[in-house]
Amino acid sequence: MTLRFGISALALLVASPALSQELNALVWCDHADPALVAPFEEKFGVKVNLKEYEGTAAGMAILDGSQPGEWDVLVIDAVDVGRAVEAGKLAPIPAEALPTGDFFPELVMAENNTVDGVTYAVTEKFGYNTIAYDKTKVDPADMADMATLVSGKYDGRIAIYDYYLPVLGLVAMGQGIATADITAESLALLREPLFALKKASKQVADVVSAQTALATGEVDIMVGGGEWVTAVLAADNPNLDWTIPKQGGLRWAQSIGVVAGTTQPDLALEFVKYIVSPEGQAKLATSACYWGMPANAKTGDVLTPEQKAVLRWDEQADFLARAQLYPIPDAALDTAMQDLWTEMLQQ
Amino acid sequence: MSLAARDRRLGWGLVAPALAWTVAFFVLPFAAMVALSFARMEGREIVPAFDPGNYARFFSEWPLFKALLNSMEITVVVTVVSVLLAYPLAAIIAFRVPVRWQRLALLMAVLPFWTSYVVRSYAWLLVLGQNGVLNKALLGAGLIAEPLEIAATRTATVIGFVHFFVMLLTLTIYANLVQLPTNYARAARDLGAGPVQVFRFVILPLTLPGVVTGAFLTFVLCMGDYITPQILGGNNELTLPQLIMLQLGRSGNFPLASALSVVLMAVITLAYLLSSRWLRVDRV
Repeated sequence: MTLRFGISALALLVASPALSQELNALVWCDHADPALVAPFEEKFGVKVNLKEYEGTAAGMAILDGSQPGEWDVLVIDAVDVGRAVEAGKLAPIPAEALPTGDFFPELVMAENNTVDGVTYAVTEKFGYNTIAYDKTKVDPADMADMATLVSGKYDGRIAIYDYYLPVLGLVAMGQGIATADITAESLALLREPLFALKKASKQVADVVSAQTALATGEVDIMVGGGEWVTAVLAADNPNLDWTIPKQGGLRWAQSIGVVAGTTQPDLALEFVKYIVSPEGQAKLATSACYWGMPANAKTGDVLTPEQKAVLRWDEQADFLARAQLYPIPDAALDTAMQDLWTEMLQQ
Repeated sequence: MSLAARDRRLGWGLVAPALAWTVAFFVLPFAAMVALSFARMEGREIVPAFDPGNYARFFSEWPLFKALLNSMEITVVVTVVSVLLAYPLAAIIAFRVPVRWQRLALLMAVLPFWTSYVVRSYAWLLVLGQNGVLNKALLGAGLIAEPLEIAATRTATVIGFVHFFVMLLTLTIYANLVQLPTNYARAARDLGAGPVQVFRFVILPLTLPGVVTGAFLTFVLCMGDYITPQILGGNNELTLPQLIMLQLGRSGNFPLASALSVVLMAVITLAYLLSSRWLRVDRV
């Protein structure tokens, strides 16, 4: 018999939220912006408790260690919705209640948000893992080609985003391998290019460290960066920019859904609807933690011209055409990818 | 009931809360962790088993084992450098600073403790960066032509650790030094010993318990620290705690994380056994 144990220790670390008059959401840090949840709290007269997590594995562990009904809403990587559904963590939501008709067509992502024709989540925000840089320190023309990064010209001036999926995806695209075609066999082909990139880099950085490194001039280029890194720094450092090189970039997308077993599915659905409404989308897109494009195209009516310029609103058609989705590895490939990443870190 | 039996019952009664606390929050979780370290992953599921595979993997896969070596190397350097810096500082406070100012001197020495650990690490990043305070000062003074590459290196990690642990060691060594009767050194001098001999044959042996206790605490805290190498080391190499965090937060591989934690516990236990001869908590 298969048991999930060992999770309880982690569960002890998670605050157990109260259940009455409160909505409990397991989210990414962009939802923790008070400006985002305040309008919903005022409208429905409830308190929204937010618990931040990073990485699907950590989110699943928190849900595994929680009592049924403890959580109402889950934000999750769009490519991992199927994994959450398979684990029984997400409840069906009525597709007709969601404004997906107003979405950028590429962001409806029905192949990710629905399972067997049933909708379990809806895309709320997206962006790109590509090349971010300081345009006063590097030649922007060089950033159009990933090969320049390992040419020696920028050695010691590069930070690699510390997340194996997008960076391995970028390295794969640099080798002419589509992210969807990464297999255990093709992964071996990524080893040398990945290690070469590490050799040319100064550090492997999480979000905060990468932003600090770019802002302080510690590095000039961030592989895996994008608007989510540079936008929040734009006001203080307008020299930071990003581009999608000729080899392409990765498109990240996050989805939101209702947790299976919630005791207040209607309120949870209202929260989901608020988040994907133009008002909620505008606040989520410009959240204090990180910016990103809203999935709902009608948000363009709410965002200011300055905000749209930072998000590169008018260039989305081109960006969307040249970006691929994250790799979606099965358990074995995921382990192999993480092992390769660990080996790279130890180089 | 005899007096002795009553005393025994009273003793057990007094110790019971602490014992229950230790069993509930250390012994049982530790036993669960050891049991989990022998489980295995099948896909994304944890399967109970008695499989030493996680330990075999740790000792046979170089990127995993190297994390232990990295932790050991950093910890030994940090401990030695911290002792070498903290001992003179503690001695100056104990012997050179007037008694009425010693409390203030100690307060100044531990002032950085008042700052959040994470904030202090990021502050060091700003000091050690290419455009940081240190490089700007050295460049401004004409001592270097190019900025030093310190941030995002092991050196930065060591500096961050040493800054923290010098404070800790200063306290433990100072506490030991001020307990030394001044007559010992005076007697040695009367018998013809020079300053070096007084230190080597009188003061150092008598303060060794404080040094070893502080060094042991430094070793334990440094071996188990995750934040400093993560922020200051630039993630350019993994220490054992970083590797454990990767297994927990990213892979969801709780069995391997448990096995790595048991290894970490074993190393610290070994350090305790090696230093136990000199460990004297009552002297600090």
